[in-house]
Amino acid sequence: MSRAAIETTAEKPVALRIETILLGLALVGLLAAPFFIYPIFLMKMMCFALFACAFNLLLGYTGLLSFGHAAFFGGAAYFTAHAVKVWGLPPEIGILVGVLGAAVLGLVIGFLAIRRQGIYFAMITLALSQMFFFFCVQAPFTGGEDGIQGVPRGTLLGGLIDLHNEHNMYYFVLVVFLLGVVAIWRIVNSPYGMILRSIRENENRAISLGYSVQNYKLGAFVMSAALAGLAGGLKALVFQFATLTDVTWQMSGEVILMTLLGGIGTLIGPIVGAGIVVTLQNALATSEFPVTIATGLIFMICVLIFRRGIVGEIYAYIDRRKSAGN
Amino acid sequence: MIFGIPIQAFAGQLLVGLINGSFYAMLSLGLAIIFGLLRVINFAHGAQYMLGAFIAYLILAFGGIGYWPALIVAPVLVGLFGIVVERLALSRLYDVDPLYGLLFTFGLALVIEGVFRYYYGVSGNPYPVPPALTGAVNLGFMFLPIYRGWVVIASLIVCIAAWLLIEKTKFGSYLRAATENPKLVQAFGVNVPLLLTLTYGLGAALAGLAGVLAAPVYQVSPLMGSNLIIVVFAVVVIGGMGSILGAIVTGYMLGVAEGLTKVFYPEASNIVVFVIMAIVLLMRPAGLFGRDA
Repeated sequence: MSRAAIETTAEKPVALRIETILLGLALVGLLAAPFFIYPIFLMKMMCFALFACAFNLLLGYTGLLSFGHAAFFGGAAYFTAHAVKVWGLPPEIGILVGVLGAAVLGLVIGFLAIRRQGIYFAMITLALSQMFFFFCVQAPFTGGEDGIQGVPRGTLLGGLIDLHNEHNMYYFVLVVFLLGVVAIWRIVNSPYGMILRSIRENENRAISLGYSVQNYKLGAFVMSAALAGLAGGLKALVFQFATLTDVTWQMSGEVILMTLLGGIGTLIGPIVGAGIVVTLQNALATSEFPVTIATGLIFMICVLIFRRGIVGEIYAYIDRRKSAGN
Repeated sequence: MIFGIPIQAFAGQLLVGLINGSFYAMLSLGLAIIFGLLRVINFAHGAQYMLGAFIAYLILAFGGIGYWPALIVAPVLVGLFGIVVERLALSRLYDVDPLYGLLFTFGLALVIEGVFRYYYGVSGNPYPVPPALTGAVNLGFMFLPIYRGWVVIASLIVCIAAWLLIEKTKFGSYLRAATENPKLVQAFGVNVPLLLTLTYGLGAALAGLAGVLAAPVYQVSPLMGSNLIIVVFAVVVIGGMGSILGAIVTGYMLGVAEGLTKVFYPEASNIVVFVIMAIVLLMRPAGLFGRDA
């Protein structure tokens, strides 16, 4: 039985051009946004968008479905919160601690998980991240059920920029978010990224071409984990706390949903998906309707009729129009 | 005394481990049967287990229908639910990447759990032990609650019955053949789509049955399945899904390993299965009984 691989549309040149235009527009919007919209909400959106982009680096461009990315996101939130609050480190170093911690965690989990493929890979990452969750419940430095509360945001560049000012924090998050997205874009479009895609399309052929596929997979896993850690560390500073919520398997599911909804293997898809999911959660938080049911329903609908995601479907539509016109 | 541990505590934890192992075995068996034929990892397995327990709880609360009828009613209902799910949704996903099946059933699990959480909250609801199985027997070195002994025996019966069904019956031989080569079996005139539907229904029914058995031991709560299913995934990775017997044996073994850890190093008891999984992945990536690398 032959099966179609994960459906993506990223390679088309038309997709790239639209992405560039949209990103330009989005950038202008993001620069002006905090004057019109509640900055914390926007920062939350950017943290999750970066998280989803990091996740997509693995699923969309390497074809590996990790069901345990919450470990890196939530783990980094703990590391950063601890470094800033207990060790008294400045925020930029604190985030770096979070990123490094997530990368080390990614190295360990990735090393074990890449020993199996496909569906087993998903189950192993899920199980290992659940193990990390239990570790976080019991470890003394995470504060158990309470989490780490009252994390100071501190000041950037040795006291130059005070992050307790909401707008300063916002532009700091925006800069980190953009750097993260650009880094992912660079990775995806580098020769390294091409090899990752070849692994996604046909792993055996990549092996026969002489690539040490396992090393590439592990490399992609660690990079994805580190970038997810960047998002997690940032979130800890924005909300000034780190809790167990961010290391649960539900969180791992959430980032899959964002990526799937927006479009697996598209650069802006995960950003769109994260925006929709975070907005939806905010809207449902005040209503009676449980978030889990909404999340589950979107999952089922996406998988059944919408596998390319919103952005992917738009690209496919434009492609059809173009080929019909020629 | 064994290694400085009182024998009562030792035997008690061993029994708890054996009971947990019974549920690991029944659930990983269902997962393995479904995966073998459908190539779908049924994330909703935990939710279907919870559904079985809740059906038993609800028909007792509202219909006065007790434990023994529930042992039949709940699996049948959960099985029918599984058949509907397979017909409406899963059957549309056989020609795309297997990961979509995992993602679909994950969404399904969230919806089922969300609905029960909405109506019943997260706290557990007690389910009474049936009158015929209350009390305990004195084994000399420990008191064995009869219901717990029954769970171990019943799960063994279920596992053996499922194994016989697959290895010794006509249905089982079709099932095994279709696992090896579905197109060829279809060409011989076997209705493979129907076989897929029935298999998913059977797997779901097994989960539902495990849920009824679990109802008096653990409390009936909307989250009882999701906490368990991740451990069962690890069990499945350890055992490898190549063999039915492997899934059963691994389930019991890991339950016991967990129980023993509770005696000697309680802090690690909820991560020991994952640690064993990591070790197995390092030593024998295909799993203890696995055939596929």
